[in-house]
Amino acid sequence: MKLPLSWLKDYVDIDLSVEDLARVLTRAGLEVDSIQLVGLAAETSSQHEFKINGLTWEADKIVVAQIDEVMPHPNADRLVLCHLNDGIKEQVVLTGAPNLFQYRGTGPLPTPLKVAYAREGARIYDGHQPGQVLTTLKRAKIRGIESYSMVCSEKELGISDEHEGIILLDADAPTGMPLVDYMGDAVFEISILPNMIRNACVVGVAREVAAMTGRELRLPPADFHPAGPAIAGRASIKITNPELNPRFVLGLIENVTPQPSPYKIQLRLRLAGMRPINHVVDATNYLMLELGEPLHAFDYDVLLQRAGGKPPVIITRTANPGEHLTTLDDVDRALEPFTVLVCDEAGALSIAGVMGGQESEVTSATRNILLEGASWNFINIRKTVSYLRLQSEAAYRFSRGIHPELAPWGVQLCLKRMSDWGEGVVASGLIDSYPAPVTDPVVTLSEADVTRILGIQLSAAEIAALLRRLDFTCTVEGSSVMAKTPPHRLDVGEGVVGKADLLEEVARIYGYDNIPARRMTDALPPMHPNPVLETEAKVREQLVVLGLQEVITYRLTCVEREARILPPGAEAPGPYITLKNPIAPERSLMRRHLLASVMEIVERNARLREHLAFFEIGPVFFPRDDDPLPDEPTRLAIAMTGKRDLAGWDGAPSANLDFYDLKAVIESLLDSLHISGVTYTPAAASSYHPGKCAEIRAGDVVLGVMGELHPLVRAHYDLGASSAPVLAAELYLERFNGCRPARVLAQSVPVFPPVLEDLAVVVDESTPSAVVEEAIRAAGGKLVTAVRLFDIFRGEQLGAGKKSLAYSLTYQLPDRTLTDSDTQQVRQRIIRRLEQDLGAKLRA
Amino acid sequence: MSEDHEIFTRLDQAQAAALPALEQAGDEAALQAWKTAHLGRSSAVMQAFSQLGQAPKEIRPAIGQRANQVKLALESAFAIRSQAIKEQALQRALQQEKLDVTLPGRPQPRGRMHPESRALETIYTILAEMGFQIFRTPEVETDDYNFSLLNIPAYHPARDMWDTFHTTRPGTLLRTHTSPGQVRAMRQRAPEPIRVALPGMCYRYEQTSARSEIQFNQVELLVVGRNITFGDLKGTLTDLARRIYGDNVRTRLRPSYFPFTEPSGEMDVECFVCGGKGCAVCKNSGWLEILGCGMVHPVVLQNGGYDPSEWSGFAAGMGPERMSMLRYGIEDIRYFWSNDVRFLEQFS
Ligand SMILES: [Zn+2]
Repeated sequence: MKLPLSWLKDYVDIDLSVEDLARVLTRAGLEVDSIQLVGLAAETSSQHEFKINGLTWEADKIVVAQIDEVMPHPNADRLVLCHLNDGIKEQVVLTGAPNLFQYRGTGPLPTPLKVAYAREGARIYDGHQPGQVLTTLKRAKIRGIESYSMVCSEKELGISDEHEGIILLDADAPTGMPLVDYMGDAVFEISILPNMIRNACVVGVAREVAAMTGRELRLPPADFHPAGPAIAGRASIKITNPELNPRFVLGLIENVTPQPSPYKIQLRLRLAGMRPINHVVDATNYLMLELGEPLHAFDYDVLLQRAGGKPPVIITRTANPGEHLTTLDDVDRALEPFTVLVCDEAGALSIAGVMGGQESEVTSATRNILLEGASWNFINIRKTVSYLRLQSEAAYRFSRGIHPELAPWGVQLCLKRMSDWGEGVVASGLIDSYPAPVTDPVVTLSEADVTRILGIQLSAAEIAALLRRLDFTCTVEGSSVMAKTPPHRLDVGEGVVGKADLLEEVARIYGYDNIPARRMTDALPPMHPNPVLETEAKVREQLVVLGLQEVITYRLTCVEREARILPPGAEAPGPYITLKNPIAPERSLMRRHLLASVMEIVERNARLREHLAFFEIGPVFFPRDDDPLPDEPTRLAIAMTGKRDLAGWDGAPSANLDFYDLKAVIESLLDSLHISGVTYTPAAASSYHPGKCAEIRAGDVVLGVMGELHPLVRAHYDLGASSAPVLAAELYLERFNGCRPARVLAQSVPVFPPVLEDLAVVVDESTPSAVVEEAIRAAGGKLVTAVRLFDIFRGEQLGAGKKSLAYSLTYQLPDRTLTDSDTQQVRQRIIRRLEQDLGAKLRA
Repeated sequence: MSEDHEIFTRLDQAQAAALPALEQAGDEAALQAWKTAHLGRSSAVMQAFSQLGQAPKEIRPAIGQRANQVKLALESAFAIRSQAIKEQALQRALQQEKLDVTLPGRPQPRGRMHPESRALETIYTILAEMGFQIFRTPEVETDDYNFSLLNIPAYHPARDMWDTFHTTRPGTLLRTHTSPGQVRAMRQRAPEPIRVALPGMCYRYEQTSARSEIQFNQVELLVVGRNITFGDLKGTLTDLARRIYGDNVRTRLRPSYFPFTEPSGEMDVECFVCGGKGCAVCKNSGWLEILGCGMVHPVVLQNGGYDPSEWSGFAAGMGPERMSMLRYGIEDIRYFWSNDVRFLEQFS
């Protein structure tokens, strides 16, 4: 909301600087986003706190002046010469303002025109350049006549973009007065919090300023005794659903001629962000900005005509099936059955609280006006706004709750302004239907409540005094305050909710800054460690140590993106958690395959690096039949491809990463987590090469699958010129935690020397090396502390379908040095076992 | 005299010839040649020893003694010369082995955390020191947990504060904030007091732009106890800001609105880029908004199973991506989930 300072000062005395006022507003919860200076000077303070911009009008250079006569220019049709008095001297000033042409050559003006006059040397904006470009007025000859000063447009003074004509001030502007003193202003751009709709108006903000600064609030008048004939009998009101329309008020003004509002009113509206139209429309907008009550003006004659000359009956009701209405913006709108309409007996006139209809709209020909002030159920208005996708200043306010008490006040004050700014006769009285009166909550707040929640000690009297500043009606009873909510706000609840609402008001007005900070004195609550998170952190740390780059991808994807991780012709993946309102088709559901996300990152970076090794830790989403919410297990996906080593300057060629590079990563990872009993068995997962895929288990628990990506799956990704295989793994991270030992015991460092021995055996090609190693360990028992495969050999001398596996074995005992006979025995045991179980032969 | 025996003369001559010759030996080969010539079997000295028996008996000891002297002298000279030549050879070799130290090192693949994980880890560490433990809750949530139980009924204007992705299952959505974790934590922990951090991915129905993403992380704090006041909120959050942004950082707490806290506030820290003078990062305001907070609303306490007349608490939420963006001057939030290595490799 844009709030001109001068307007605010109508209701509260302010002697703060612009920036100090912004500070007060922000500390009241009315966050100031920026300050636009319109003539006023900005103080410079060391502690910058707000964004300030705009133009300052120098008091001695920009003043109110009067034009006494407008004369034609001798050589230019589009220029005139003005006899101008700036309070110091009379002079002739040249201008091209079209809004002076009507006075050209008419002799001395009966009423001088008041203008904003810039003297030589004044700094203003250049009216002929787009945007705001500062310029300094200099002496120049235009068409043979010397010019050194000018009468200004709004654009030149930084008020608006208006440059069609010069500003014509109201007739009572004092000639010679510095313009900054006459109408200099500052406009605060304020964010209105959703629970503070009461402050989306100048009076609301003034009330907060008054409360924060301890000043008095001067409300606009509320008592009126117009001289016109009574309104009674000129119209009537029928509310069919008081819950949706608690109150409806009508007022009447007759013999009006819509005309421009006084300049100062136009200026205020413009500074507040609204376009002046005519004084009738301006008055309703002005009132809405002033009190926060949106009003709606009907052309009374149109209503009379629709009623066949009889007094119109204004009916509020929900829309009938299939009902339509053409709104002010010339759109024909189909109405939902919950939409509330303001109608007469001939049909709908407007969408209640949102937008008027075209037919009964006020035009320049309107002479008699029936003015509506009402209150509406804010939830229903909000529903209407969201279904119709129709926003308006009125809907913004009504959809957040406007108190019914504002309706009669608003209507009367608006009619008064209409008659003040133009002519017209205001009918006395109002037609007021209020079938569902609001009961303003009375909330009890105790000294103990304040201490318990805010941590400050205030007496009941002090609490009451703070709340009274916001117009609560307070009664102190012992250590409690009974506070009745003032009739301009609907945000205060009952019971414990009301208590919380009042505590917020006490804290706000007392000042958040004044509440002392303290360190929690409570005992630390019972601690519940999060081992799952600890395992994740450990996995992340270990994979980083192993040289992998972590990625975090979008959880939102689509079937086509996920299907790329499966071979062609595979069954479509699913089922999915699907969005009802996706923002884009490619982000329409929640992923099931973490690896699919990681592969997209491989693809994205394939041309950038010759060695890629990525991992991601994150949830996947599986819908469940027995729960509206999906299962969200955490997965780990790894993808590696490209060269094993990075190219340096020495040109050493590097092999591609292969299965065993990935396996080393997984082995190290599981080892770092102390997960033991890990086995890798050949597996057939559809995304992987059938001969290069393993299932990873810890005991009985399947930890995941790893392998080389199936060539047909790899082909789904554009990896540039690289032909390197892609190694990938998908692991059930949520299962890791159960496989980690609760406690890891340190082993003593052996003091007796180990014996190292090599052993090469020939086995069938089909015998997995893990089986051989297992047999060695089983036969060797505790004596064998390490088994390392260091060579695999295949050759004619071994025979077809045979391979030789060479192991380096470490024998060791914790309590003594091994003897030759120890090692002889164990060696024999191992060889025997290998021969018997695996048909192995010792290789000479 | 015995010294006149020609053998003495030969020995003297041998020594006199050998020593200058040694000085001429410039490398290992020459040195070995010299050794063979002057200390080898056919050298004068060794000949003197082997022919000792042929000498007159009375002068044999004198010859032996003399030959020994010469031999020792030559050996000692040889050792010195040999050491010198080795040193020269080493010096030469070292000179020749000189590297171009400006050549780049051999590149090694390096692992890195995603900058977001790093940011979260930093926050978790700080929070752990302050007694907050991590409590994670689902990303796909019910409307109840995400809104209704947080005092945000359907069609309440406060719902405008969140642009929501709904799923096709009625009543479920992608959580718009980590706050549903408040009620989940309370329902799980009641009636214990609570001090937890609720982190995780949240979602927003909004076109992505440099400033806005459809998914983003939040870290929320929740404290519930019998003695928790607004003063505790201020003290804890000020401490947190100091730990994250430095001991001397200025903070301000101003009123704000969240349906699930009351009183509510927002904490700003003085812009660490410009020191409060105003710059592009702080949009000329001198302040950076870092977290939203407030006292837990009584309705939320009730929904979590805590009696608001006995229990109170506070909650606060912050955005780690935004914090990283401010800290590192990251200009486009979309960098985070697009995972271009040229972005990721900047963080270690
Ligand atoms: Zn800054």
